Parts: sequence; structure tokens; C-alpha cells
Amino acid sequence: MQDTAARRKGVGKTERRDTWWLQPLLTVVALGAFVAYATWVAFTGDNYWVEPYLSPFYSPLLGGNLGEPVLKLRWWPFTPAILVLWVPLGFRLTCYYGRRTYYRAFFWDPPACAVGEPRKGYHGESRFPFILQNLHRYFFYLSLVVVAFLWYDAVRGFVFDGRFGVGVGSLLLLAEALLLSMYSLSCHCLRHVAGGCVDCLSRRPARYRLWRWVSALNANHGLWFWISLSGAVVADLYIRLVATGAVIDLRIV
Amino acid sequence: MDATFRIFRGNSQGGGYQEFLVPVEEGMVVLDAVHRIQEHQANDLAVRWNCKAGKCGSCGAEVNGKPRLMCMTRMDQLPLEEPVTIHPVRTFPVIRDLVCDVSWNYEVNKRVPPFTPGEGDLWRWQQKDIERPREFRKCIECFLCQTVCHVLRTHDQKSSFIGPRFLVRAAGLDMHPMDSISRTRFLKEEGGIGLCNITKCCTEVCPEDIHITDDAIIPMKERVADDFYDPVRWLLRKITRRG
Ligand code: SF4
Ligand code: SF4
Ligand code: FES
Ligand code: FES
Repeated sequence: MQDTAARRKGVGKTERRDTWWLQPLLTVVALGAFVAYATWVAFTGDNYWVEPYLSPFYSPLLGGNLGEPVLKLRWWPFTPAILVLWVPLGFRLTCYYGRRTYYRAFFWDPPACAVGEPRKGYHGESRFPFILQNLHRYFFYLSLVVVAFLWYDAVRGFVFDGRFGVGVGSLLLLAEALLLSMYSLSCHCLRHVAGGCVDCLSRRPARYRLWRWVSALNANHGLWFWISLSGAVVADLYIRLVATGAVIDLRIV
Repeated sequence: MDATFRIFRGNSQGGGYQEFLVPVEEGMVVLDAVHRIQEHQANDLAVRWNCKAGKCGSCGAEVNGKPRLMCMTRMDQLPLEEPVTIHPVRTFPVIRDLVCDVSWNYEVNKRVPPFTPGEGDLWRWQQKDIERPREFRKCIECFLCQTVCHVLRTHDQKSSFIGPRFLVRAAGLDMHPMDSISRTRFLKEEGGIGLCNITKCCTEVCPEDIHITDDAIIPMKERVADDFYDPVRWLLRKITRRG
């Protein structure tokens, strides 16, 4: 038999002529920048609140000296962001789209289709730790709680000194709540629970409709992944700039 | 205008590229060029084809490094300033020139638990039930997805992974409203569904535009998770003594 294996092995080995390296490169830059920003935000523990806005990275607020915490966990030695960030982090790390993205860009498993890989051994998601990706559904349920709090913060963002008002921050928080809802509601696990697990959908008309609806959202799951991620950064950055006094919150109403 | 083709010539023992110059005409596809070479320059060039309409699935090859159907690859989609490379698909052994031995796939197919209708079921189902399995029935068995899948292509795990084509087939049977058995154990233990890391190359190359990962593999991974990896479901099964 001809040994084609010898030729297809080796990192980046391919006969492709297109710019296959561009997508992994852009992903590394974008995700790398996000991780750096999120880590910094999580550890600063400052400027995450400015009346009436709460940064989405700190929601639900479980302590700290700023804002209106839902719970005041005084014993917690770190910033309150660390108490909640593991939920969205776990949700995105176990997300089917997220997995595809970082397996390709960071692990080069593969870097692009029909392109050689760096490692010889491969177990995919069949062994520890990656077998734990099967628990994605639980992060989905937990993240629904976070989304509910984001909606609460978005509504709270329209109340200035007990009165209704609209600032740029209110709109940014509303947009982020909406985007994160779209991302969560387009999750593959919800698609499965809604109707994917049923064989005979005609006997379950309500689930059939729900499944169709989630499937339609699911078709753009990757897009929701990226824009909800960017939305969180934009909202946090804005609140930070207003809190430090670098920018004055523009009131529309 | 002329285009240069670099075509693999050889057999199971080895081989190399041979160059050919072919005049390009409007509307030409790569398979036309290969036929022209066969007709005028290399009568013994082996190539498998049948329909020239993207429906028989036999003309798969790697054109400029990408697995594609030669009959559906238009010349005007390719950069003709440089030579066009055509190599037989890399995941299966070469028989001669562009023809590979894909019989491994037929053996795998036999292992997928077949369609098993329940006894005494009424053979009547609705449009709503057909939508999902119908997408999978579009498969023309070109095996381009098997070719590009890195589990088979790079890691050569043919003994433990059935590949995207057969994950699609298993999904189509499992989601069929008249089918009565579950294939989750088969997929986990024999099919190697855990080896797929949903990087979606199969979906990218499928000429029938089947959403292999989103509509077949991920839904089956979720069914496998229901049966084997969900601690709450496991507990409920223990309490209710089911399964
Ligand atoms: S998504 Fe899974 S089956 Fe498809 S090519 Fe990638 S590893 Fe193979
Ligand atoms: S699923 Fe698509 S790529 Fe795979 S064999 Fe069928 S038609 Fe070809
Ligand atoms: S699959 Fe992406 S969030 Fe669930
Ligand atoms: S010749 Fe039939 S698919 Fe190309």
C-alpha cells in the first residue's frame, strides 16, 4: 500500500494553497485579547459599578464594596467577579462552538481542514479531561440563572434615582442581556431538550414548534457566541470609563 | 488559455506527480480537464467517475489539497496562474492514479445496527417526522467527509472510529420515527463518537450540504450524554430502576 501517511503528517503540512492559517490566527488574536481583558477585569475589583449600571462581568453581584450586591459574602477574599465568572467561562469552554474554535486555533487539532497536526496521540473527547465536555448541559442550566440576572441589571439600568431614564449604558446593558439570551437560547443542549431527543415529533406538537424555533436560532450559534462576547466587553469598558470619570454617561431621556 | 495540471500517477507501491497542459474552455470542470488528458495525453490515466452531475459520489479527489468532487469543481474557481494539483484522497489506499480503495467504508456500514421497526407498529408517519432523517438521505457516499476527518486522515484510527458518514447514517436511523432501537451504546463503544472533536471539517466538504456536525453528530453526542454521562439521569434511572 502506498504510504500516504508519511506525507500527511507534520504540523501545517498541506497541499492547500488558500489562506487556511488566517482563521486560526484571527481566532487566537480575538480570543487571546478577550481572555487577557477578562482576567484583568476579574482581578481589578474596581470600577465595575456606576449608578445605575453593573458590569456584566460582575453579575450577579455577590459582594464587594460597590453597588447593590444580591448577597454580601464578606468572607470572600477575592473580587466578587471570581465568584460568578466560572459559570460563563465553563459555559463557553464546554460550548460545542467554543470547543470547535479552540480545538482548531489553540490545540491545532486540526489547525484547518486537511492540514497536518502537531501531536501523534489523539483521544478526542473520549477520555479525561475532555470527556467532561459532556456536562455542557449543566453549564447551560447555570447560565440561564446568570442571564436572568443580566435582565435584572438591564432593567435596573433604566432607573436613575428612582425615575425612569435612558443612558447609553442602559442601552448597552439591554443589548448585552439580549445578545447573551440569544447565545444561550441557541445552545445545542437546548435544541436537544426541546425536541432533538424525541423521535416522533408529530406526536409532540408543542415540542416540535420549540425545536424548530431553537434550531433556527442554533443555525447562527457561532455568530451569537462572538457578538455576545464582544457585547460584554463593550458594556464593561463603557461602565469602567464612566466610573473612572474618563467619559460622561450620555443621557438620552 | 492553458492550465497546468499536476496529477498523481502511481499505485499502491508509490508514485509521483506528472504535469499536463490543458486548454481551458468556458464552463469547464476539473473532471473535464482530466478526461481531456486521458483522451489526448495519457490514455492509461485511471480515474473513477460516473454521472458528472455530483450525484454518484465517485469522482472525489484532492484538488489543490482540498477534498472535492472533480465534476463539481469549476475551473474558474481555481487560481490558474499556478499548476492545479490533483491527488487521490489521502485517507484510503491508492489502487492506481486517482482511484482509491474505499472498501473499508462498506465494511463499516455493515456494523451500524440496521433499521429496526417495532413489531405491530402502524406504518404511518408525518412530514414533521421526516424532515430530520431526510436531510441525511441526501448522502451520495462520496466519502469526502471520511477523507477530511482528521481522526481517520491524520490519526488513522479506522479501527475505533466509524467516521462522519456513518455517524450520519446512525443518526438518520436513530431519529427515524418507525425505528425502535437505540444506537447510543454502539456509537459510544464501537462507533467512537467521543473521538470526534466537532471541528466540522466534514461539514465543510460535504457536497450535499448536509450539516453533518450540527444536525447529526452533536444531536447524537447529546443522546449519548443522556444515556451515559448525565449524573442526574443516571440517578433517576437508579431510583426508578429503569435501564
Ligand atoms: S467534526 Fe468530527 S467527524 Fe467531522 S471531521 Fe471533525 S472530527 Fe471528524
Ligand atoms: S455525508 Fe456528505 S461528504 Fe459524507 S459521504 Fe455523504 S455526501 Fe459525501
Ligand atoms: S452549544 Fe454553545 S452554548 Fe451550548
Ligand atoms: S462523477 Fe458522479 S459525482 Fe462526480
